[in-house]
Amino acid sequence: MSETEFEGIVESPWSGGASPFAINSKKLGMWLFIISDSLTFSALLVSYAYVRLETPDWPRPFEIWPAIAKSSFMTFVLLSSSLTMVLGVNSAFKGDRKKTVRYLIATIICGIAFVLIHATEWVTLFGEGVTPWSNPWKPFVPLFGGTFFGLTGLHMVHVTIGVVYLAIIAWGFGKGKYTAEHVEVSGLYWHFVDLVWMFIFPMVYLLSVNPK
Amino acid sequence: MSAHGHAELTHEHSVGTTRLFSIVWVWLLLLTALEVFLAYERLEVHLMITILVGLSLIKAALIMSYFMHLRFERLGLFLLLVPAMVFCICMMLIMFFPDSIRLMDLRPH
Repeated sequence: MSETEFEGIVESPWSGGASPFAINSKKLGMWLFIISDSLTFSALLVSYAYVRLETPDWPRPFEIWPAIAKSSFMTFVLLSSSLTMVLGVNSAFKGDRKKTVRYLIATIICGIAFVLIHATEWVTLFGEGVTPWSNPWKPFVPLFGGTFFGLTGLHMVHVTIGVVYLAIIAWGFGKGKYTAEHVEVSGLYWHFVDLVWMFIFPMVYLLSVNPK
Repeated sequence: MSAHGHAELTHEHSVGTTRLFSIVWVWLLLLTALEVFLAYERLEVHLMITILVGLSLIKAALIMSYFMHLRFERLGLFLLLVPAMVFCICMMLIMFFPDSIRLMDLRPH
């Protein structure tokens, strides 16, 4: 399978020359998906900035301890998972299946840890009465919950899908069913999820630190 | 020919070494730590948002060029993807800035 794929890269059906990007179609497809998905997140972030500017007393509820410390740790976990992912892709291209699967499992564990820590944070907020449609703070700004849970929730869905995706790739690559290109394409998705968090973390958490 | 080509492909993909990726990872952590420190210092909001967006863009560029291998791809792929995305985000901001500034002015003082 890898050979036919490779033929596709070098000998393009278009007889005018080599393939313009010199990558396989899966990778190009994932890149195009990432660009369109990044625009989804940009639209959400811009609309969040808009309602936040429009509202005079936007709540800034997060304390350095525990909320910011927790979300900083989540950022650390996600960045580390990106490192193990990129090392996994490297060893996949070197043909080391065992090492690749180990790196992928490390990435999956980091992803699960991220989702679990995030979930405990959500549960704490629910316990304080902060939900997508209400919160206990005065003056009452109902949009806070909508933007907060909308942005972090969509990101969490991406992480969850990424964990399932990586698990399938790790299983298939370990069995020799998938090629290194499959691992690389799943890596692109995982790094994108990491990249989105690099915007959500400062915009949603760091700009909402309690000013007192 | 095919085997030779595959070797070439493998070579092309192992441009980044473990050391390079670890350095990028450390830089990303340092930039994140700087962001958290600024939040701890509670800077004035407009200054804060400018610095945070700037640092986030640097982090995004690091992730895209090294972790997502965009630096090791052909220039054509970059030109296909990034300008279109930047253009779309600029279009969102063209709608955003005039209207949000107007809304801030309309606020009761």
